[in-house]
Amino acid sequence: MPSKSLSSSAPDAAPAPSPEGLRPADEASGSDRPDATPWAASGAAPASTQHVHAALTRSSTGREDLRELESGLDSLQSDADRKHRIDWSRVLLPIAALVVLVLIWQFYVSLGVKRRDLVPGPMDVVTQMGVLWNEGKLQEAVWTSMQRGLVGFVISVAIATPVGLLLAQVAPLRRAFGPLISGLQVLPSVAWVPAAIIWFGLTDATVYFVIFMGAIPSIINGLISGVDQIPPQYRRVGTVLGASRLEMALQIILPAALPGYLGGLKQGWAFSWRSLMAAEIIAVGGTIGFGLGSLLDQGRILSDMTVVMSAILLILAVGILIELLVFGPIEKRLLRSRGLLSGSTR
Amino acid sequence: MPVVLEHLGKRFGDGAPVLDDVNANIGKGEFVALLGASGCGKSTLLNIMAGLEAPTSGALEVPSDGAAFMFQDAALFPWLTARENIELALKLRGVGKAERKAKAQELLELVHLGTAGDKRPHELSGGMRQRVSLARSLAQDRQLLLMDEPFAALDAITRDLLHDELERIWKETGRTIVFVTHNVREAVRLGQRVLLLSSRPGRVVQEWAVTEEHRTDAGLAGQLTGVITARLREEIRRHAK
Repeated sequence: MPSKSLSSSAPDAAPAPSPEGLRPADEASGSDRPDATPWAASGAAPASTQHVHAALTRSSTGREDLRELESGLDSLQSDADRKHRIDWSRVLLPIAALVVLVLIWQFYVSLGVKRRDLVPGPMDVVTQMGVLWNEGKLQEAVWTSMQRGLVGFVISVAIATPVGLLLAQVAPLRRAFGPLISGLQVLPSVAWVPAAIIWFGLTDATVYFVIFMGAIPSIINGLISGVDQIPPQYRRVGTVLGASRLEMALQIILPAALPGYLGGLKQGWAFSWRSLMAAEIIAVGGTIGFGLGSLLDQGRILSDMTVVMSAILLILAVGILIELLVFGPIEKRLLRSRGLLSGSTR
Repeated sequence: MPVVLEHLGKRFGDGAPVLDDVNANIGKGEFVALLGASGCGKSTLLNIMAGLEAPTSGALEVPSDGAAFMFQDAALFPWLTARENIELALKLRGVGKAERKAKAQELLELVHLGTAGDKRPHELSGGMRQRVSLARSLAQDRQLLLMDEPFAALDAITRDLLHDELERIWKETGRTIVFVTHNVREAVRLGQRVLLLSSRPGRVVQEWAVTEEHRTDAGLAGQLTGVITARLREEIRRHAK
């Protein structure tokens, strides 16, 4: 765009035009007919107008004065620093809710509406968990499932992130594969279990395959929608600052899309955990280890409701723990640092 | 001559031209205020100068290393602190890591924010954000600085101070500044020259020189403001039905 050919012919204007240097077009300039202007017409004496400042002339007297004024205004306009204390209601309220639910459960059981072996009480389930713990089954099941869930999730993230960025940044790719990815998210990943068993047999590969089909599309979708919600201004700033395509993607697009991306990760984790449980319930035996889903299926086969309830509660507990210990703090930190949490009920 | 615009025109698709036959020369180190009513294509003209959009006709000459740009909203990245925002601009320019740190602090001091460098944008007031944004555009180290109504969203007290601040920084850094505004007083307060752009299509219809006397004599500045306002209104009245 810069064409240096134009520069030589143009005369060099003085950087600071003097009063005499008024342009020919400037016929209506006020210097020759002061009466025509509202300011002069208002009758203010020249002496008093000398002291009128705001916006019309320089309003501060020098660098130091300006610094002082600005720092005063800055402290007036900034919020006072607030200290973050531990808010006990965050801990106590969920515990109280849990206690209330368990009490309702116990109350229902003690009414004796259903047979005890069909609807066991809280104490029966706790006792069964103790038995499972002593047998070492509980630890084995939780450990096997968590390990698989986490490994599967981490690999899903590693695959989905570059694919998601690519789809979000390259329009033809997005148009081609976008509907397919959204569709895959709707398809329950359990649907892949029969196919996976036929392809991979009763091995870990079956479990991982099902996790991938559940987690990868939802992480990709989260990242894409995160990118879609980036204010267009950020890209313009990136362009103006001279970012290359790769720099734009890594330094601007990815961090800007982080809240949406994190939402995708959360959902991806939920999908991989659910798919894992489904796979473990359906595919039992072979070289597939003993997971929480397997425990659940075992309870069904033995018609032991306490084992079934134990497995369900453990699956739920792992989900809650991951949210509370991993995603919750990360999300909170991320949103707070961007000033997005004030006024929310979190 | 850093900026030369010759018979510049711009239209979007088949619509009426937004800019038509815009001619202007802007000298090195000059502070030019580009004034016009809404819809006169001021921002489009600025975008063309910044290389964000291409003109449909005419020719323009801008410095070959491009221009720094300051937006109406500070457009700081919320995931970075004030300092990191400035450092990112330096990084994308290819400045080394050690030098970045020193340079960023220097720029923060320049806009009187030496102690607020570690705050996030949402912890800063509007005026402070705009000063960080100014420091970031200075970090680009371009001779030409384009400003698109950077103070329009600020309160009057802050804006008056930032006018003084911008004038001081312009003098200290010797930048060439093109400042777009729809505020006549702001144009007179800041520009050495005020260019009035007509609306639909945008075209430079008149220009005024603002002297050092206008900076200190409110009466004189008020007179010029009145004259320019009258001409601007004449331009707006043309569109009455």
